[in-house]
Amino acid sequence: MTQRVANALSRPLPYPQPESDFYWQKCKQHELWLRWCKDCNRSYFYPRDICPECFSRNTHWVKSSGRATLHTFAVVHRAPIPALRDRAPYVVAIVELEGGARLPTSLVRVEKDPKALMALIGKKDALEVAFEDVSETISLPVFGPAQQ
Amino acid sequence: MREVAIVGANMIKFGRYPDKFVDELAAEAAVGALKDAGISAKEVQVLVSGNLRQPMTGQRITRHIGMTGVPIVNVVNNCATGSTAFRDAYLMVATGLYDVALVVGSEQLGKMGLLGGGGGDPYDRVYPTEGYAGSETMPTVFAQAGVEHMRKYGTTIEQFAKIAVKNHKHGTLNPYAQYQIETPLEMVLNARMISWPNTLYMCCPTGDGAAAAIIMPLERARRHTAMPIKVAASVLTSDPWSERDLAVDDVNTLTRKAAQEAYGQAGLGPKDLDMVELHDCFATPELLHYENLGLCADGEGGRMIDEGRTYNGGDIPVNVSGGLLSKGHPLGATGVANIVEVTWHLRGQAGPRQVQGAKVGLAHVIGVGAACTIHILTK
Repeated sequence: MTQRVANALSRPLPYPQPESDFYWQKCKQHELWLRWCKDCNRSYFYPRDICPECFSRNTHWVKSSGRATLHTFAVVHRAPIPALRDRAPYVVAIVELEGGARLPTSLVRVEKDPKALMALIGKKDALEVAFEDVSETISLPVFGPAQQ
Repeated sequence: MREVAIVGANMIKFGRYPDKFVDELAAEAAVGALKDAGISAKEVQVLVSGNLRQPMTGQRITRHIGMTGVPIVNVVNNCATGSTAFRDAYLMVATGLYDVALVVGSEQLGKMGLLGGGGGDPYDRVYPTEGYAGSETMPTVFAQAGVEHMRKYGTTIEQFAKIAVKNHKHGTLNPYAQYQIETPLEMVLNARMISWPNTLYMCCPTGDGAAAAIIMPLERARRHTAMPIKVAASVLTSDPWSERDLAVDDVNTLTRKAAQEAYGQAGLGPKDLDMVELHDCFATPELLHYENLGLCADGEGGRMIDEGRTYNGGDIPVNVSGGLLSKGHPLGATGVANIVEVTWHLRGQAGPRQVQGAKVGLAHVIGVGAACTIHILTK
């Protein structure tokens, strides 16, 4: 019960796993790194040793440029927990990174107007990564309009 | 595999029952199904219970309807919990293990709000995993899926809203629905925004409910009823990996896979269907599922609702029960209730909402996480 109350008051955070520990360490340093499959010649998310497309183990870490294209979004007006209520309305999104992988994330520094967001969809590499420091160990990758 | 048929079908009105325990609700549905089949609890050889949040509900049901020592299986598969329980029972009967199976789906959600969706600590259900980053909710997952359709085909928020208008209108004729209120287009569009593009009336309510079915091999079923309803296809899929799939469910791929397998199993196609009960947990996915289930070509979903083709009386009525949007969505009960609804129509017992001349019906459920079931029933 105590845990439940604590969870309600704080934002739920990712639990780094052995395969994703490096990813979160790099996020902490404000760098975005992805796994790359040498057989498919593309990146994927989230970090796993085995490529989810072809099941190859011939994969390694690559640093992402951080540039991304908006794939889809939702504007959340009704936050699920008290910790997120002050943020509402906020924009969650799926972005497609240079290199192919798609990442679920939030958008920052954007108009929360659906029309403006619809217009942003598909605009190649119009977004770039930024990092939100949410705890001593976790920084979340978020995306905003790329500064040309 | 033997042919299997539904002999008994029943559900209670979905709604809020704060004064009752979930096993009481489930037992009420079970007793109704036994009565409908004209058999006693002593004849039941196996009980499969679908309930997401209350463990061991199956055993608790037998404390009301009779403890006969039969095997009881409790099934969890998120929103597809009830329909997965039905499929498990179907497999047990089809393979010849048992001759009489009772399936019960039940749930008591109370006012869980947006967190309702899984077992254990509700706050864990906000997916505090890699990637999801704890900001996504069910309305958001399905909103994002709707936006994907908008970008691809130019679908409008009005078209999604029309789904909610239709299902609430259908719900007014269903005494088992949680809500019997019409929601005209303006009312849907002007309602409180939950997760754009889904407003309040484009989201299903939380609530309590139960539904039950008795199934038997077809030959034995014929001795019990003049109207056995055949299970022509029973399919369960999980998410095949796609580009966006590892962290956020793709609500389309597993339905497409399930539909293909179900039509193959039944030897039928979408054109043979007289009615569909599909998983409209939000307004956005119903339109997507028109295409996923092959009711229309890709990109035609918007036009389909514009032309009113999925209204009762249209060429393929969808969610004449009111759907999850109006009938309600007590998680574990939903998958069995959809099958009960189709059964009633194929028997011609659906009262004022009856789909005239219905001979073939499809029941579809998605559990995010993910699981998809499709059952095709025939007269």
